[in-house]
Amino acid sequence: MSPKTLYDKIWDAHVAHEAEDGTCLLYIDRHLVHEVTSPQAFEGLRMTGRKVRAPEKTIAVPDHNVPTTLDRANAATMTEDSRIQVEALDTNAKEFGLHYYPVTDVRQGVVHIVGPEQGWTLPGMTVVCGDSHTATHGAFGSLAHGIGTSEVEHVLATQTLIQQKSKNMKVEITGKLAPGVTAKDVTMAVIGLTGTAGGTGYVIEYCGQVIRDMSMEGRMTVCNMAIEGGARAGLIAPDETTYAYCKGRPHAPKGAEWEAALAYWKTLFTDEGAHFDKVLTIKGEDIAPLVTWGTSPEDVLPITGVVPDPASFKGGKVGAAQRSIEYMGLTAGQKLSDIEIDTVFIGSCTNGRIEDFRAAAEILKGKKIKEGMRAMVVPGSGLVRAQAEEEGIAQIFIDAGFEWRLAGCSMCLAMNPDQLQPGERCAATSNRNFEGRQGRGGRTHLMSPAMAAAAAITGKLTDVRDLM
Amino acid sequence: MQKFTKLSGIAAPLDLVNIDTDMIIPKQFLKTIKRSGLGVNLFDEMRYYDDGKEIESFVLNQPAYRDAQILVAGDNFGCGSSREHAPWAIADFGITCIIAPSFADIFYNNSFKNGILPIALPQEQVDVLMKDAEKGANARIEVDLEEQTITSSDGEVFHFEVDAFKKHCLMNGLDDIGLTMEKAASIDAFEAAAASARPWV
Repeated sequence: MSPKTLYDKIWDAHVAHEAEDGTCLLYIDRHLVHEVTSPQAFEGLRMTGRKVRAPEKTIAVPDHNVPTTLDRANAATMTEDSRIQVEALDTNAKEFGLHYYPVTDVRQGVVHIVGPEQGWTLPGMTVVCGDSHTATHGAFGSLAHGIGTSEVEHVLATQTLIQQKSKNMKVEITGKLAPGVTAKDVTMAVIGLTGTAGGTGYVIEYCGQVIRDMSMEGRMTVCNMAIEGGARAGLIAPDETTYAYCKGRPHAPKGAEWEAALAYWKTLFTDEGAHFDKVLTIKGEDIAPLVTWGTSPEDVLPITGVVPDPASFKGGKVGAAQRSIEYMGLTAGQKLSDIEIDTVFIGSCTNGRIEDFRAAAEILKGKKIKEGMRAMVVPGSGLVRAQAEEEGIAQIFIDAGFEWRLAGCSMCLAMNPDQLQPGERCAATSNRNFEGRQGRGGRTHLMSPAMAAAAAITGKLTDVRDLM
Repeated sequence: MQKFTKLSGIAAPLDLVNIDTDMIIPKQFLKTIKRSGLGVNLFDEMRYYDDGKEIESFVLNQPAYRDAQILVAGDNFGCGSSREHAPWAIADFGITCIIAPSFADIFYNNSFKNGILPIALPQEQVDVLMKDAEKGANARIEVDLEEQTITSSDGEVFHFEVDAFKKHCLMNGLDDIGLTMEKAASIDAFEAAAASARPWV
């Protein structure tokens, strides 16, 4: 048999039907659902009299709209349209018999944090959700990607997706990361090199020593932003770190089933000599702490750099860079470390896990954020929040002057009340710096949790290595 | 679903790269539980001032382009989130064809489910059509899905590629779910085999 990539293996194990032209029905093992991209899909089922084919494989949680303030049990903290959307999910989850984590459940949180935490996401699975950051689950060696609402309805009704296979791309990160450099810097470095369309048409497998040395939390951060590079999905082959994370989770297999699963998971790696259509290799030692300066996740530079000159780009990117710099209120040649910020957001499906909070707390310990700074930490789930409180991390944030919030997507996309005002500038650990992403006219600089913590202290984009 | 076969219409030029889904339809409009009515909010932050007044310079606010049915845009159109509200808003405005050098994967797939034909052409051909679109309302571009051709207002013809299955569904306005349900026996068989091979799933 010809050697296969990890992607080839997972794909082959899930083809339920293949047409002559290569169009496949791919079977879906886990379908995650949230309140924003699902109401029209459930409505479609009702209008056609269709059922959810596999409710036991369908997991729902509200996250995008929900307020993260402590008083959120009070319905008045939500706008009416948000409340209607969350209530629609409540109703749909009950009516169609889905696994459901309502706002009042301590396990509620960002769908991509809840899935792995509860053991729904396991190696070798296919996982989809009406959300582009479904790529996160690829960290387990599962094929995971975002879908639109029509496809949400398709999966609800048939437990399959109509798919054409993507090409294989390998991204290898060799060696070791320097102190102060994290998984977030790794994934941003990759996008900086490939551009936001560099992965279009591909599934990326991340590999190399840097990935092997990473925790599951770090690997989720890396895969989470595969979509920002345009890839359909990001994948990391499972190993001992993966098995250790999965073991004992509520929905992970147990006893003899665990042993059988483990034996299968150990076959999930790219065979020697398997073909990749594109290969990118990065030395871990070459990656510095990064920030974005523009309005595309590819606008990445080391914190020691300066705002670029639009003329230094090519083609359509010249105009785009000019537009970005104007929107961001910057000047070409300005030192990135001179950019002053007024808001800090630590959280999201990219960086809302316990390890992210530990890294930020390490920098914040015994320090205060700059006076007048608005800084918030939003845990990825109620369980992350509880663990951070138990470890004393929550107190470090509170003592430093951060708001310690409840779980949700929050200011990553600002669908709830957590938003930037026009002209406000935020150091954010989320995944997108698009125009208006965090609020109309708001300006976003993406970075790691440690870098965001450093910026909170100094009030400027800051090289975290100077505070270590 | 609305069928797409042939279209002769005004093309609006939007010469920006990386037009993302937050630009196409900002998040404040994602709180709807319906598919319809989003056209008025298409490109909201580029199209309106804070007080709701139109920004005159924005292409779709110009008299020549208010009835545009085609959009000619820069590379990597539709990048960002999976929100199908983006193609819903585009279709609701009346645009059913987008021409660009490349599209983001999820947006591309979402478009076909909503009667929209996204066409990827080499940059130099998009450049020609961008110039053509800049001529305004007198310059109509023709799109023929059956023949897979685009004809500029000057009569220049460009061939485009499209997946045969997607073309078939779009030309006939077919419902994907109905088609898949015809293959229920294959899905049943797969599910039974998977349940014994990987019972923990």
